[in-house]
Amino acid sequence: MNPEAMSGARYRFGPFGGRYVPETLTAALEELERAYDEAQADPSFQRDLNALLADFVGRPTPLYRARRLEVEADGPAVYLKREDLNHTGAHKINNTLGQALLARRMGKRRIIAETGAGQHGVATACACALFDLECVVYMGEEDVDRQALNVYRMELLGAEVRPVSSGTRTLKDATSEAIRDWVTNVDGTHYIIGSVVGPDPFPRMVRDFQSVIGREARAQVIALEGRLPAAVFACVGGGSNAMGVFHAFVPDAEVELVGIEAAGEGLGGGRHSASLAAGVPGVLHGALSYLLQDSDGQVAPAHSISAGLDYPGVGPELSWLKDTGRARFVSATDAEALDAFHRLSRIEGIIPALESAHALAHLLRAGQMYRDRGPLLVCLSGRGDKDVAHVAEVEGRGILLGRPSKG
Amino acid sequence: MMEAAADAGADVIELGIPFSDPLADGPTIQRSSFMAIQKGTTVDTVLDALRTFRERRDTPTVLFTYLNPVLRRGLGEFCREAAEAGADGLLLTDLPVGCDSGMEEQVKSAGLDWIRLLAPTTSRERVPLVAQGGSGFLYYISRTGVTGARTELRSELVAEVAALREAVTMPIAVGFGISTPEQARMVALAADGVVVGSALIAQLEREGVAGAAAFLGALRQGMDEIDH
Repeated sequence: MNPEAMSGARYRFGPFGGRYVPETLTAALEELERAYDEAQADPSFQRDLNALLADFVGRPTPLYRARRLEVEADGPAVYLKREDLNHTGAHKINNTLGQALLARRMGKRRIIAETGAGQHGVATACACALFDLECVVYMGEEDVDRQALNVYRMELLGAEVRPVSSGTRTLKDATSEAIRDWVTNVDGTHYIIGSVVGPDPFPRMVRDFQSVIGREARAQVIALEGRLPAAVFACVGGGSNAMGVFHAFVPDAEVELVGIEAAGEGLGGGRHSASLAAGVPGVLHGALSYLLQDSDGQVAPAHSISAGLDYPGVGPELSWLKDTGRARFVSATDAEALDAFHRLSRIEGIIPALESAHALAHLLRAGQMYRDRGPLLVCLSGRGDKDVAHVAEVEGRGILLGRPSKG
Repeated sequence: MMEAAADAGADVIELGIPFSDPLADGPTIQRSSFMAIQKGTTVDTVLDALRTFRERRDTPTVLFTYLNPVLRRGLGEFCREAAEAGADGLLLTDLPVGCDSGMEEQVKSAGLDWIRLLAPTTSRERVPLVAQGGSGFLYYISRTGVTGARTELRSELVAEVAALREAVTMPIAVGFGISTPEQARMVALAADGVVVGSALIAQLEREGVAGAAAFLGALRQGMDEIDH
């Protein structure tokens, strides 16, 4: 290894990314990088993964033209990439199956993961059940409360869910705790990180596993419309569905890429998760990227109604897409996301995840600006079943499912 | 506490700048970092404490922290201020050797010793890269895992440190999980220095400065009984 190895461009997106980790993990990251290189060069790896994506996950996912949503948005043709129809209910499984296959190649029998909304935890638990791997999922106590259904799903799938009570008790702290576990048990354990964050090679590896979203969608839009979409919309927390759907379109300069961050209670008040809009570059969880922090470099607590977007950092490649101007980033508030959650449910018969509802909120707000510019592609990254109980509670419909206050 | 540590026989003091997300640290330092931030500790207040200490004692002092508080200030700017305040070295938990040559250069050009860490998992090819070109001392991490007391040290530890001698000319200090005079004594048989963090903080929390100083004194005595 040459002295510049980890400083090199291979490990970064412009200045962002890198491997800012405790020394104990450097060997594990080198090992992971080697294993991933070998897997990519091995046709049988991609063949195994593709077979699972087809038969187990249900890919390719449909591209659905949402005609009533078009009218509601007063916009052009709108296509929803239906990642919500994946097995386990979100795009997360594209990545966990890829990484579980990789863990098996590396001979690692124990898997750890962090989760916010629980979707990544469920997708990890599912992959571990399939491959007979031990699975431990770290989840912030606040999210354990918000996403009780997913906690039980993980347990049904054989995973152990460890509530994290440190710090803000959300995704950030679950990630820190997962990294501490990895530092301690590094020999036999693989860390399946759930987003395009963390030290290299995670951001590029997770992006590669998720890029199937954009590859399929690009071909599907072209087949239906005979042209590329005018713009692609995706919600951004850590950014895995966004990088997944954007990646195939990055070379298509005429396609606008728009990421929608969680504005929470509004960008002015400080209770939000809009790292790209309001953060400054810093190092958290092993990578240099935009980060919500105070003037002394302490990480600021994030907020969003959706646990999956409730993270003060963001993937380094998205930071680079922002700085180069290739993508632009806007935000939607909790209230706007809730409104979109209800509207899609009522007019299209699809209950979206609260995360994905942020992208839909932007569509409803900005759709008419694209009327003369061609079709829009929205990544519907997950389904909203997991959010139903939380939304009912937020809206005063009672705490328990099956006990509506009216009707 | 720093003066008490110096008087109790500490050869080097590690002075921490707390970070909100200390992912290499166990529960004790997580809690102390959280409390310190809650009580208003900042980069500036830590540097002020160092200046005050420097007026009274000359015990070498290493600042230890995570990258982000330092990057927020500006790494070059921070290193200059730290050197002016009397710091001798800097230990950044999440800046492994080779990770960012630009950052390494800024630490060195400020005249601070950049304290490098080696772990039992560090690959054999990587050892010379870490060992060469450093200054001050080399910090060997006693085991995989986060900081914090353990009842037992790994039996391979002494042999590992002895093997490191082949590749390293700098003094070698060993840390992570050392919390009793017996453990300190055992480690000191092989290493030049013993780093104690969480155990000292736990003592400080329980018994205040006097109790922590007495604890350090006992560690010192255990090590001094070795006939070098």
